[in-house]
Formats: sequence, structure tokens, C-alpha cells
Amino acid sequence: MSASLAPVNPTSQASAEPGAEPLPGLPTRRALLASTALLLVTRAAGAATLSGGAGMPWRPFAGDPPRAVEPGPWVFFTSEEGATVEAMVDRLIPPDRETPGGKECGCAVFIDRQLAGAYGRAQGLYMSPPFLPATPEQGQQAPSTPAQLYRRMLAALDAHCRNAYANRTFAQLPDGEKDKVITGMENGSLRLQGTSATPFFETLLQDTRYGFFADPIYGGNRDMAAWKMIGFPGARYDYRDWVERHNERYPHPPISIAGRNP
Amino acid sequence: MATKLPATDIVIIGLGWTGSIVAKSMTDAGFNVVAIERGPWRDTATDFPPTYSPDELRYAMRHDLFLRPTQTTLTFRNNTSQTALPIRSWGAFLLPNGVGGAGVHWNAETWRFLPSDFVLRTHLTQRYGAKFLPEDMTIQDWGVTYDELEPHYDTFEYLCGTSGTAGNLKGQKQPHGNPFEGPRSRPYPTPAQKQPYGPVLWAEAAKEMGYSAFPQPSGNLSQAYTNPLGVTLGPCTYCGFCERFGCGNYSKASPQTTILPLLMRRTNFEARTECEVTRINLDNTGKRATGVTYVDTEGREWEQPAEMVFLCAFQMFNVQLLLLSGIGQPYDVSSGQGVIGRNFSYQVTSSVQAFFDSKIFSPFIASGSIGMCIDEFNGDNFDHAPHGFVGGGYMGMVQTNGRPIETTPTPPGTPQWGAAWKKAVQDNYLSTILPSTHGSCYSYRDCYLDLDPTYKDRFGRPLMRLTFDFHENEHKMSRFLTDRLAEIVQRMGPRQIVKLPRTGHFNIVPYQTTHTCGGAIIGADPKTSALNRYLQSWDVHNLFVTGATNFPQNAGYNPTGTVAALTYWSLDAIHKQYLKNPGPLVHA
Repeated sequence: MSASLAPVNPTSQASAEPGAEPLPGLPTRRALLASTALLLVTRAAGAATLSGGAGMPWRPFAGDPPRAVEPGPWVFFTSEEGATVEAMVDRLIPPDRETPGGKECGCAVFIDRQLAGAYGRAQGLYMSPPFLPATPEQGQQAPSTPAQLYRRMLAALDAHCRNAYANRTFAQLPDGEKDKVITGMENGSLRLQGTSATPFFETLLQDTRYGFFADPIYGGNRDMAAWKMIGFPGARYDYRDWVERHNERYPHPPISIAGRNP
Repeated sequence: MATKLPATDIVIIGLGWTGSIVAKSMTDAGFNVVAIERGPWRDTATDFPPTYSPDELRYAMRHDLFLRPTQTTLTFRNNTSQTALPIRSWGAFLLPNGVGGAGVHWNAETWRFLPSDFVLRTHLTQRYGAKFLPEDMTIQDWGVTYDELEPHYDTFEYLCGTSGTAGNLKGQKQPHGNPFEGPRSRPYPTPAQKQPYGPVLWAEAAKEMGYSAFPQPSGNLSQAYTNPLGVTLGPCTYCGFCERFGCGNYSKASPQTTILPLLMRRTNFEARTECEVTRINLDNTGKRATGVTYVDTEGREWEQPAEMVFLCAFQMFNVQLLLLSGIGQPYDVSSGQGVIGRNFSYQVTSSVQAFFDSKIFSPFIASGSIGMCIDEFNGDNFDHAPHGFVGGGYMGMVQTNGRPIETTPTPPGTPQWGAAWKKAVQDNYLSTILPSTHGSCYSYRDCYLDLDPTYKDRFGRPLMRLTFDFHENEHKMSRFLTDRLAEIVQRMGPRQIVKLPRTGHFNIVPYQTTHTCGGAIIGADPKTSALNRYLQSWDVHNLFVTGATNFPQNAGYNPTGTVAALTYWSLDAIHKQYLKNPGPLVHA
């Protein structure tokens, strides 16, 4: 067995060396510390080398706050696509006396901005081939990004509606017909581009709900209408005075990350 | 071609919970320690301040703090008759990345395993006979006991300031705690958190039925606390943005709130972030690690020589690195030989949804570990003979959040969209609860990890392949636990309950837990374990491997307390024995 392992000088943290001999041909750590070569080593040895001694690293403006969506024209959708998606989200979450629907709440704006960004690009996901047929338990294996999916399926839906409804777009249909189309997508009876529209429906439904309930800075949940509907107080962070007030309605209005008024 | 750097004493792969615990311990002894972390530096004020931390879309749904599958992922199949396919987007589990690791975004549920969990095969065989266990179940004794780990559980709880009510102090049962827990040497460092309405009402129903309800042990602190390192945590504010989020209050125990502020003052410590270790290097005998090779963000390769290597890269990546470094015999499912990748296990959870009329549960008043639980049906705390399965779990009303994207309960039969959906969401959000069970998952011959033959990571190395499914034992257990839970929930007087036991195949899509376990387990026999009881590699004596990787099977509790206790136990042996005489600590 090799000699016991101990720091040479345990009380001096800055210059401790291993008890074992240095590797042949290499300078000792002490020699390196004394030379300017150390600077090269530290800079080159990693993307962010954080040397102990000065406490937790800190520099001003190091945070990464979210960027609020700017209102305005569609960034991703064409005007036809935008009209179709607005009409769809307004059927998925219709307006009622108390709470606006998906369109007025900005769900289509949310989806537009998400598709224009990292979500639309499938950024961060593993998109290497081969793309093989999967069991239901193995998750999504399709090669297309959400942006590609929407572009393709909205075009197919438009073609279907014009064909089936005397050249009318989805947005031009009466609500009852719109709901029939959506139901067909949901249960797979409506096929678009020769394939089941159910995966697209499920993506659209999920994106609509995300837009409905996410913080308003992302373009949906306008005026925090969805949060007011359910009684969720939003981006609040301190309920210590409320945790033991059992069976009592929390009375304060919701707030957004951007503050009290969106 | 890697550029060789000057040698250091200790290299730690991964700066999460166990990496930070190891770094603190080895810098205490005066060694030079380099921690190499694949992800970025993270800290409270910069990465999860209260001003923008409560962002459900960014952190809970878009997984902003987690590993990106494009950086590395796994392939998955239920069984060997299938082709494993990549996990292209996280689902069942969310793998960590960055300084602090999963300790940043865990719920801080801080449990101890039962004494019987550590001697599982012996215990169950003695009580029920060997034939009671399924033939392909590969559970093992750990080689370390609860009594040996007790002081180290204590150390971790006092590091974190864990909030709870003791149930067993030195063998004396205590009121209002968990009567089934192993004896603890002293009380929790801080009292249990206050409980919201749902857990309190559930606990009343449980007590009426004769169960002993107690508060879940919580690393979200009930009050301000300064730990033995001199680092101070704040009181939890029940914000409901716990799991998947960093804590903006310094009130969730994490490496950032318990260790790093001290560690970063030590001149003998260095963290290299955004550097991924690609290989543990061995000398020409293959029995000694000489250091590691890693790649920085510019794609340059570096070799860091060291006297000792600690592999602290999270359960999954520990196994992957051992396989890619050629350390230990890889597990072969057909022969049952080999140890690296053997005995993968997970967690078997279930729930009971309960809809009430005119009760206000305020689900958004929450914290990661808040809740009332019972332990009557965990481990071997009850007689399994009439039931035909082994294992169990705690159950309770654990209220971790009411975040709206994730919380839109509607009664069965409600459409997924339209006016009826909208109204059902509005009517049920405040008055619905989801009590749950948290069951064990034992190990089996056909549940394992190895290298994928097809898919590669960004360096061109094979991804790891997970082959895993639930077995009938776990399904039976889940049905049983869910039924017991439903009886308690029914007693609360809901309008309607929906039992949701774990059924069918393991599905990689819906989130369950990130409690992936095993693959390089500890044990007494090198033929059936990768590590000895001190977490030391049987094959490479200056390599120690931490994490839930160590678990021969998973118990009915969250793993982190036991992960940390094993780490402290290993470090104790390293300081008392290994450093004086480097070499194998156990001769099999």
C-alpha cells in the first residue's frame, strides 16, 4: 500500500501539497504557484474557474430576469394563421360572463411569441436521429419542432376547411362547426395531411392552457384574468400570516412578476 | 489530445449535495480540492431572487434550471424486447445540472430510511420465507446498518436545520412524531412547519382511524437557523414555488444555503464550472485512478491528475461515467453477471383526488415538504403475509404547490376544453386536494442500466440506456396503499374521490419523481455490488462514488437524507482509516 495521504502542511491551506511525490517531468505545484504560468492555467482550465478565498462570487447585473412580451403584430404567425389560432383558442377557452376567453386573454399572442422563440425551435431538446416508432411509454419521437408542426398543421387545417366549408377558413365558421372540427382533431376522426390531427390538437391545447395560466409577461393571462377566475394570487412569495387561517378565502388580488398592474 | 494540468489532491466530479459535502470535509483536512461541475454557477440573488423566481412557465414547465437533453440524455425501454429510444424532453424525472445540483430545486423532503430497509433481504426472508419474494427480485442487504448511519443522518439534519417532530428519541417513543422511525439521538434542529388546512383536516381523519399522523420532515425551515458551519437560513414563507425552483428566501436547505458560503472562503478549494468530465483515468494496473479528463465550453480537453477521485455526478451520470471509464464489470442482463448498471430502481407513487363542496384549501399556500403523513404502511411496518407483496410507503396530504398550469383538477367526465372545462376549473381549484402515497421500488434482474448501441451524446459517446418497468409486486403494493389512503380521504367528507393507483407500464412521459436509484450499489460481495459499504469502488481503491447510485433498492421514502448520511459515513471512514493507509477498506 502507498504511504498515508495527508497534506504536507495542514495548517497552511494556501500551499498544501499532497504527501505523494509529484509526477515526473512536471513542476511541483509550489513552483507553479510562484510563476506567471499559473495565470495561464487558471484561465485556460475551464469556462468559469471559481477560486475559493474571496467568498461567494458576485458581480453586478449578473441575474437573468425574464423579458416581457412586447404587444404588437404577430412575430411568428402569418395574419391568416393568427386569425385561425385566435379562433381556436376562443373555442378551447370560450368567453363567459365572468372571465374573457382565450382570444381576449391573449393565448394566441402567447403561442405566437413562444413559437418564435426557444420553445418553437425545440431548443434544448435531444433532436438527433434516428426517429423511430415508439411505444406510448417512450414519449415523443417526432423530428419536427413545434414551429414546424404548427406551420404544417395550420396550413393543412386551412386547406381542409376551405375544401369542406365552401372556401371558408376556420375563423369564418359558426362556433358549432368550429367545435365539430376541434372534436374531430381531438378524437382522431379528422385526419390532416393523411395523418391523425390528435398530436397537434394536444400540443395546441397544452399551449393554450399554458398561455391562459402563465404570468402575463408572456403575452397571455391578460389582466391576470385566469388567476382571478380561480383565485390564484400570482407571483406572491409570503403567506406566513395565512398558512394557519384555515378555510378562509385569501382576499388580495393577484400580482404578476411585472408588478400589480400588467 | 488533452492538456495535462498540475496535480491536485482531490478531484470531485459534480458540485451538488454530495460534492459540496465532500469538498467541505476534504478542505477541512487541508487538502487541495478541485470540483468539476458540468453546469453553471448558481446562487440565490442572481439565479432565483424572489422578484422573478415565482415563474411557473419558465421553471416548472420549461425546466430552466435543469439539464438540457441536448447536452446529454438517456434512451429508454420497458424491457429487452424493445428498442430503447431517446428521452428527447424530460418527463418522468428531471435531471439536474449546475452548482448545487438537485439540491437547488428539490422539495427538501428529508426522511430517514427504516432500520429494516438496510437489511432488507435478511429481514423479509426471516419473516416471510424466501419463497414469498418474487424469483427475479434482486434486493440485497446494504452492508451498513441504520445504527451505523444514525450519527450521519443527524449531521445532515443539523447542517440543513431540518424542521420536524421526533418520534423516537433514543428508543423512547415521542408523541406527535413518527412512531415507526428508527431511534434518533436528538430532536430535529427546528420545530415542524405550520400546516395549512388540507394536511390538518387529513391528519384528523387519519387519527380518527387510529393512525399516528405526524408532520413531514422538512428542509424548508420553520424558523431562521444558523448551522454548525456558521451559515444562516431564513424561515420558509410557504410561497408554493419549491420543487423545480430555487428558493429566493434562503429558507430551503441546499448547498448554496448550507455549505458553499463557507467553502468559497477556502483558498484550497476551486470550482470549475461548465466543464464536463468525460472520463476517470486509471493507471496501467487499472486499479488506481490517476485523475479525470474533462472538456470545457470551448471543446478543449484537459487532464486533471489527482490522488483521490470522488464521483458525485448524480445517480445516472455516476453509472454512465463508470461504464465509459471501464471501471467495474458492466452488468449483462442475460447472464446476470456484472455490477455496473445492476439493480436500477425508482419510486412508485400514487394519489387520491378529492373534490369538496365549500371548503377552501388554498393550494397555493404551500412548501415543498409541508404535509401530514402516516407511516403505518411503509417498509415492513405491517404484516404482508395476507397481501402477497413486499414493500410499502408513507402516505399523506403533502401540499407542495397550487401553481395553476399544473393544478386544474376537474371531476371525471369533464371535457378537456370548452365552457364546461372552464367552469369546472373555476369551481374546483380552491376546494380540491390530492393526497398521495410514496411507495418503495425493489430491484429486479431485468431493471438495469447499460450503454446504448445507437444514440450518442454531443461528444459522440454512447448515451446510457435505461431498461425499466414496474413489476406485479409494485402494482399490488400501489393498489394496497391507494386503497388505504382512499379510506382516510373518504372520512374527510368529500363530494367525490378518484383513486389513482400506479398502473400499467412505467411511462417516461408524465412526471413522477426524480428518485432514480442504483446502478453502482454498495454491498458486502463484489460479485453483486460495485462498491463496498464505505462507497469505495471494489476495483479502484482511490475512487469513491456517492448518491442514490449506492442504493441496492429504493425504500418508501425520498432518498436525499440517506444519500447524505451515506456520504458522511464514507467520509468518516476516509478520515479515520483510508487517509492513514490508502487502500481497500474492506477485504471481501
